[in-house]
Amino acid sequence: MLNGYTILDLSNRVGWLAGRLLADLGADVIRVEAPGVSIAGADWQAYHVNKRLLRLDIQTVDGKRTFDQLIPDIDILIDSAQPGDAFVQHLDWARLKQLNPRLIKVSVTPFGCEGPRAGWLASDIELMAAGGAMSLAGEPDGAPMRVTVPQSYGWAGAQAAVGALTAVVHRTATGIGQHVDVSAQAAVILASSHAAAFWDMDGKNPTRCGAYLTGRSMKGARYRAFWPCLDGYLNFMLYGGPAGRRTNTQLVAWMRELNSPLGVLENIDWKRFDPKLATQDEVDELERPIANFFLGLTKRKFLDEASRREMLGYPVSTMADIAADPQLEARDFWYDLTGPDGHQQRHCGSFAIVDGVRPPLRHAPGEEVNIDRLLAELKTDSTSGNA
Amino acid sequence: MSAISQALSGVKVAEFGAYAAGPHIGKMLATFGATVVHVESRSRPDGFRAEYPPYKDGKPGLDRGGCFAIFNDSKYAVTLDLKNESGVDMAKRLIGWADIVIENMRPEVMSRLGLGYESARELNPGVVMISSCNMGQTGPRAYTPGFGSQLSALAGFCGLTGSPEGPPQLLYGPYIDFIASSLGAAAVLAGLDRQRRIGQGALIDLAQYESGLMFVASALFDYHKIGVVAERAGNSDPNAAPHDAYPCRAGGWLVLSCWSDDEFGRLAGMLGQPGLAADLRFATIEARKINEKDLSAIISQWSLSQDAEEAATLLQTARVHAYPVNTIADLFRDPQLLYRHVWRRRRHGVIGDLACYFSSFDLSEVPGDVTGAAPLLGEHNSMVFQDFLGVSDDEYVEYQAKGAFD
Repeated sequence: MLNGYTILDLSNRVGWLAGRLLADLGADVIRVEAPGVSIAGADWQAYHVNKRLLRLDIQTVDGKRTFDQLIPDIDILIDSAQPGDAFVQHLDWARLKQLNPRLIKVSVTPFGCEGPRAGWLASDIELMAAGGAMSLAGEPDGAPMRVTVPQSYGWAGAQAAVGALTAVVHRTATGIGQHVDVSAQAAVILASSHAAAFWDMDGKNPTRCGAYLTGRSMKGARYRAFWPCLDGYLNFMLYGGPAGRRTNTQLVAWMRELNSPLGVLENIDWKRFDPKLATQDEVDELERPIANFFLGLTKRKFLDEASRREMLGYPVSTMADIAADPQLEARDFWYDLTGPDGHQQRHCGSFAIVDGVRPPLRHAPGEEVNIDRLLAELKTDSTSGNA
Repeated sequence: MSAISQALSGVKVAEFGAYAAGPHIGKMLATFGATVVHVESRSRPDGFRAEYPPYKDGKPGLDRGGCFAIFNDSKYAVTLDLKNESGVDMAKRLIGWADIVIENMRPEVMSRLGLGYESARELNPGVVMISSCNMGQTGPRAYTPGFGSQLSALAGFCGLTGSPEGPPQLLYGPYIDFIASSLGAAAVLAGLDRQRRIGQGALIDLAQYESGLMFVASALFDYHKIGVVAERAGNSDPNAAPHDAYPCRAGGWLVLSCWSDDEFGRLAGMLGQPGLAADLRFATIEARKINEKDLSAIISQWSLSQDAEEAATLLQTARVHAYPVNTIADLFRDPQLLYRHVWRRRRHGVIGDLACYFSSFDLSEVPGDVTGAAPLLGEHNSMVFQDFLGVSDDEYVEYQAKGAFD
């Protein structure tokens, strides 16, 4: 959908996903790295697939000149320069606007381009803390936790793609470029869903609840969210309401079919079951036979059977489980291509199916384009009105 | 809702969505000026209106919920009974009016109502439609119901959170839904731009599951390439030490991380123990990883007497990565978030004064804004159908009598 747009990606790790998403949507994304910078890491490969690589040292005089030659003919520049960074003045929006008034410059930085903490250092753990997400993950009496695989860069990059395209739609209507200022800290707030409303409306500060769901019972009972099974954990909860009723009824039917001891589940009328009214003792009694039943299941068995029975609940997947999921296979989610080392690589494919087709990944990570060729392409595109 | 020109002024959006994943797409577009109409019915209001707290004064009610309010500001709300032929007629007119249709029902529900993409395209050849659901529109589990809170487990996030010895950990709310809504917003904007340039519409099939996997793409890449299965590792990171959360005075927490030996040297100075930088247990990243527990004990001993906010400020002055662990309440007093006006107070018809989340980004030439608090159920029926769609007074009354707007 974005065919014909050229994007220069100078961002650091906080912004890498933005260009990947825009490439998946059809844009020609040029990733810039100085000569010699390693591109071997999994992060680099996964988030720069579908982009082309331009080796250019933008810190040198020649590099700066070349960069300025590119600017008039590109549509979007993505960067992560913070106040105080060496290259920040060269990326100054007022200066770049002179070179290309239609340019959309997207700054993806930890805290945004201005403000009292715009120059603060932050990696994923600082951003997950600054955006509130860590305060909501981990055991209630333990340390706040981040997700082990960095998430804040995902939030920032995804929001940067939205910001870039908001500006693109405006430019298509008016011809005017602009500066999009993305704060990773503010993007992480999205991970906390509606938690802010509890503080704003009730003065209650939501906290982390570990592996249990609290706050559903008026009698203070907590409900188990994660259950050991044969090969890992399952995520299942005793819900009320129509969806919970169906799930719980189906679970008991399944247990009965396999002659699994039902305990108190034998006599529960799920139409009347209300999680709000249960005491901890009652919840424990309900959960005991379920825990026993789940111990005999594999994650895959649970996934298949819960899906067939239209029950709520999923296994706690590892990367290996996800890689083997037939749902993803059936939707051609994975995309195989030959990597820079000559070996086959498997990537997450384009994130959406458009008009019935998942757009193929067009470039292996590290597929180089040299500057002369790129400049020639851009000139051709601009004279043909493509850009 | 604003006369001021915004980036998406003139963009019309019909949203047949409920809960988080659909409505949050519309919210982002509305913040930058799109006219977004949220469609519900009186018999099936958006589940976030009444099923989830908090509520005004603790009393549940369709117009009292903060959960609905946070994802639906700056929009218009209408009610249409889609089980009623006249309601479906009006829905078709709304689709004919819209540039973008957002839906997050189970697959084929829209088609059964006669509102699927093929019908929409007949009404409106350039329409951009996004269908967002748990598993996507196809595949063996396309029809499996699911909540975003549990989908976060299937997509690997819960298993990757917590200490290696303990169980997986919950992430707050339907974590993965907001990944899907962000990617969905990008996709519909790309579709809209193509429509504006060449007139071609688009059908976007977005699986929330697959969207989430983009946030663990490198771990999946590693698994496919070398067979390594990523495991939860508490707060540690293979390339930094220290890298953790440390307890502070009065129940506060501070995170800090050192990505080079020089940075660790600066931290050691701030701890008042510059000798640590030359201590063989801690002099190199490799040594610090091996002795991470000892290092953690030293830092915790220092941090317990510190105020998290002051300590982070001091460490940043010395160019050490650090930040207080903001609680949700802290997000309302964080100086950087205040500077960016992330929270914007607007008057809600029933709840009253309410903090609305603005956006993670802003635009230099045509800034976004929260143009109004979330609408009441069916608040804009007359405005949308009469003023926006041009339904005459007589016709409106006729459709009302048929129950179209119930």
